[in-house]
Amino acid sequence: MTGRERDWVLTGRARVFAEDDINTDQIMPRRGFELPPDEQSALVLDSIRPGWAATVRDGDILIAGRRFGCGSSRPAPLVIARTGIAAVVAESLGDIFLRNAVAYAVPVLECPGVLEAVAEGHEVEVDIARGTVANLTTGAAAASTPLPAMLLDTIAAGGVHALLRRDGYLAPVG
Amino acid sequence: MGMTMAEKVLARRSGRAVVRPGDIVVTDVDLIVLADTVFSDTPDTLPTDLLRVAHPDRIVVLMDHGVPAPNERYARAQRRAREHARRLGFREVADVGGGGIEHQLIFERCLALPGQLVASNDSHTSAAGVLNCAARGLGLADILQLAATGRTWYRASPTVRFVLEGELPFGVYGKDVFLHLSQLYGSQEGHDIEFGGPGLETMPLDDRATLATMCTELNANFVMMPVDALLREHIAAVTDAAYEPVEPDPDAEYAAVHVVDLAEVKPRIALPHRINGNVRSAAAVAADGIRIDQAFIGSCANGKLSDLRIAARLLEGRSVADGVRLIVTPGSQAVYLEALRAGYIETLTEAGAVVTNSTCGACAGGHLGVLAPGEVCITSSTRNFRGRMGSADAEIYLASTATVAASAIEGVIADPMPHLVERPVA
Repeated sequence: MTGRERDWVLTGRARVFAEDDINTDQIMPRRGFELPPDEQSALVLDSIRPGWAATVRDGDILIAGRRFGCGSSRPAPLVIARTGIAAVVAESLGDIFLRNAVAYAVPVLECPGVLEAVAEGHEVEVDIARGTVANLTTGAAAASTPLPAMLLDTIAAGGVHALLRRDGYLAPVG
Repeated sequence: MGMTMAEKVLARRSGRAVVRPGDIVVTDVDLIVLADTVFSDTPDTLPTDLLRVAHPDRIVVLMDHGVPAPNERYARAQRRAREHARRLGFREVADVGGGGIEHQLIFERCLALPGQLVASNDSHTSAAGVLNCAARGLGLADILQLAATGRTWYRASPTVRFVLEGELPFGVYGKDVFLHLSQLYGSQEGHDIEFGGPGLETMPLDDRATLATMCTELNANFVMMPVDALLREHIAAVTDAAYEPVEPDPDAEYAAVHVVDLAEVKPRIALPHRINGNVRSAAAVAADGIRIDQAFIGSCANGKLSDLRIAARLLEGRSVADGVRLIVTPGSQAVYLEALRAGYIETLTEAGAVVTNSTCGACAGGHLGVLAPGEVCITSSTRNFRGRMGSADAEIYLASTATVAASAIEGVIADPMPHLVERPVA
């Protein structure tokens, strides 16, 4: 599947972390590394809002501030997605976080102005391919430049691991 | 219009005439470094055993994040790393006892040479900028794809150029220069950083390497330093391989150019739990008399021979303060051995420090110095983020090795200057 064929419009409840510089030690703390995936994802952003991951409903959309996911190269987008978050939209993203999101097939958008348009609990519609955010609760909107087609294609294909399996670099699953 | 150093490396490697900010460049690279963490069980628990790779002769595997394995997870990862290297014929394995922290190893062994493009899964990979390499960290999946297919992508970034003037003052180190830049200019996300100017040549290579490493904490992408006589001498002592350095064109385009007078740099400290926008002078923080539980010297930023020399000089004939744990982790086993021969390890041990084997260790909160709730640590490692070194309720201050050593002696966060004036480090 190419990026142009997938439905990139996601609708969900906004979960807002407006702080700048939320880093990967806060998203994916070291103390979770040896835990099973579900327990590891339970620690996502826990040092900022204890117990937050348990309040995520499948399809919620994470709205974040500037430089979200800065810091280390650990696969932070993956543990976020495992909480049920369907997409991450931030004022800006850490460079490796953005790359990891693409590689692990987590829809992302850098959208300056999104924090002015959206507040916690609002219903939002995000179009990853067009780079738009519409606040269905208030009617506010924000727009930006979407990811290039090559990277949307990687997400649509299911991420890097799926591509490597398809091309015979990794053993097929099962 | 000319090109910056990073643009030139990308253009050369990918076979393009020109690279401009915003271009997506798909390219192979000169060196791929896979740390032990690449082979860890990941949260998606998908099998990641590679069946084939495009250029095994460009791949180096090294064990650094958890060495020797502190738990079964690391033991499994390292076993898989060795198995991959054997089966696929990688260029080199730097294993337990024979290596050290990635960025120190790349530098001391010249695993890459000026003008080359380097990728690794570790976020501090920009450290290789000290060797005039265009280097930056990728994610685990990205590096797996690069190792397999031989190719990856970069979105070329605009560049911020720092022109260093004057001389590095007495008692001030590469870490302080970084903290100075953080304080004055803050995050440079979305940008490459390029250093130049006569002041850079007054900085010893170890200090330049610390600065290049720490630019990751300015959220920079590629970090480039030019080649000079000192660097050529270092490389010549390691290898006689030819290399083609890059220099920026006189008409290269920059998003900003900042002239920085090194004479204005003083010992500085980043307060918990972030660096940018959170830096004060060491003298000002010292006035608060903040008691510490742990002091840590090490990591890819400050586990160099010069760091152990400074620590040993300040601690010779003295003791670590009561109630304080001083942990010193050399950046490589070669640093460890040189420090041993120079007597630094004996001096530090007599003073009450624990000197560990080389590993990322306490910096990444994995082992060898994890913090309990409520504890206060001053560290010369890379990050002071909440939870970085263990408990999310611990407080981490970040500074140069001299500032950490002075604090370990006093038992409170200290200004290193009086210590350094009394005992100037050769």
